[in-house]
Amino acid sequence: MSLAFGGVVALQGVSFDVREHEIRAIIGPNGAGKSSMLNVINGVYHPQRGSVAFKGRRRRRIDPYEAAKLGIARTFQNIALFRGMSVLDNLMTGRNLKMKRNVLEQALYLGPARREELEHRKKVEAVIDFLEIQHVRRTPVGRLPYGLQKRVELGRALAAEPELLLLDEPMAGMNLEEKQDMSRFILDVNDQMGATIVLIEHDMSVVMDLSDRVVVLDYGRKIADGTPEEVRSNKAVIDAYLGVAH
Amino acid sequence: MQFFFEVLIGGLLAGVMYSLVALGFVLIYKASGVFNFAQGAMVFFAALTTVGFISMGVPFWLAAALALAAMTVLAFLTERVVLRPLVNQPQITLFMATIGLTFFIEGVAQLTWGAQVHALDLGIADEPIEWLMDHTAMNVSKFDLVASGIAAALVTVLALFFNKTRTGRALRAVADDHQAALAVGISLQRIWVIVWATAGFVALVTGLLWGARNGVQFALTFLALKALPVLVLGGFDSIAGAIVGGLIIGASEKLAEVYIGPHVGGGIESWFPYVLALAFLLVRPEGLFGERRIDRV
Repeated sequence: MSLAFGGVVALQGVSFDVREHEIRAIIGPNGAGKSSMLNVINGVYHPQRGSVAFKGRRRRRIDPYEAAKLGIARTFQNIALFRGMSVLDNLMTGRNLKMKRNVLEQALYLGPARREELEHRKKVEAVIDFLEIQHVRRTPVGRLPYGLQKRVELGRALAAEPELLLLDEPMAGMNLEEKQDMSRFILDVNDQMGATIVLIEHDMSVVMDLSDRVVVLDYGRKIADGTPEEVRSNKAVIDAYLGVAH
Repeated sequence: MQFFFEVLIGGLLAGVMYSLVALGFVLIYKASGVFNFAQGAMVFFAALTTVGFISMGVPFWLAAALALAAMTVLAFLTERVVLRPLVNQPQITLFMATIGLTFFIEGVAQLTWGAQVHALDLGIADEPIEWLMDHTAMNVSKFDLVASGIAAALVTVLALFFNKTRTGRALRAVADDHQAALAVGISLQRIWVIVWATAGFVALVTGLLWGARNGVQFALTFLALKALPVLVLGGFDSIAGAIVGGLIIGASEKLAEVYIGPHVGGGIESWFPYVLALAFLLVRPEGLFGERRIDRV
């Protein structure tokens, strides 16, 4: 996989696999190309060289809309929620692709459209219970504290019942307690819902605890790939994080 | 006092008509962040298309349906030809594009149906309600009342649509954050077509009501200007704001004309709304119901 913006090279010949049902972490110093990598996977960026294979289909270009259709959901580093809408409505947008009734039926609020609405509402309520955010269901997201917003964003991704879940720094800016909660949710999602997870995280202890395998990027190149233990003792990784003595 | 109420009610009913025009603007602004200068032209086009078909001998309801179909086609074309190539461009670029669109729509409308003034009869008499005349001696037009009823129904339906359905939610989502909307699998193109078609529907209703009152003529396009103070007052992104703003503008311009007008030589009805809007901008630039934007630095 290679990706460049004009003369700036974001990713250079990076290649890695994600196994079904695993938690795969992408780590690396700032500017290593981690977010770019996620953006390539869900089609926000199109790589100059390389391709993404998902569920046995390989494609070079994909749009975020198509990615969502294939069952790829994500969260963003700088929370991208619909701030003016309630928690409930935000999660309901996650069900968007699962709802089939056409515009006219909705506009007239016909029986089938109403039933569909209720049916999906149930699924969303299940996600809300799961993430323990019942008490803020009706609150506009913009008014929630940061940690909860992160949780709601995860909820919106979960509402889509994704097969592949991309999490861009799900714990950035959280305190210890919030991080523990979030870790628990991520493990449960993986366990109970069976979603494959790719996550970017800076907190090393979190990465080591959560992930099955880790890929390490530095300046757009892959410098290590393996289990948390392997990666932790890798010379190149230590150099990248701590700097090299000259 | 009775005279005051008569003027007030007349003003409020006129205000409902302004609300309708403003509503078209709000719909498009909410979902795509574009101030659609062409809304006035769309009103004109929709009304002219309807009377055009009627003059060909088509019954009213069929003519209105055909006009609605024309508005939907227009929405498709606008998305494909104007909006899609300009994705991610600054708002001002899109605004300029809608000005171009205005001239295009006006041209096509007149090319197709001619430029003469048409009368439109909706079958609702524009005469005072007798019961009210007898009991309170107030002069309230039947037509205005029916028009208000239609407007109220339209607003209720739109509000429900926006709040209770998947598409409504998708519309709000797109308005809020394009990137996030794409990530949850909302198709921007589809949403834009829906929103422009809905605005076309509102334009049709507006055009028919205004056309029935003042005749279907080119002057309908200037309604766009009348919607401006309404939007400033109510907020560009609030349906409720469009309604309340329209009512305030309607009532205040009539009251100002009657009570302040004589002292300054009259004729203030036409500019009073703009002064009011200007004053409002100084105090509350986001409008009564608009979303206050706070930028964190």
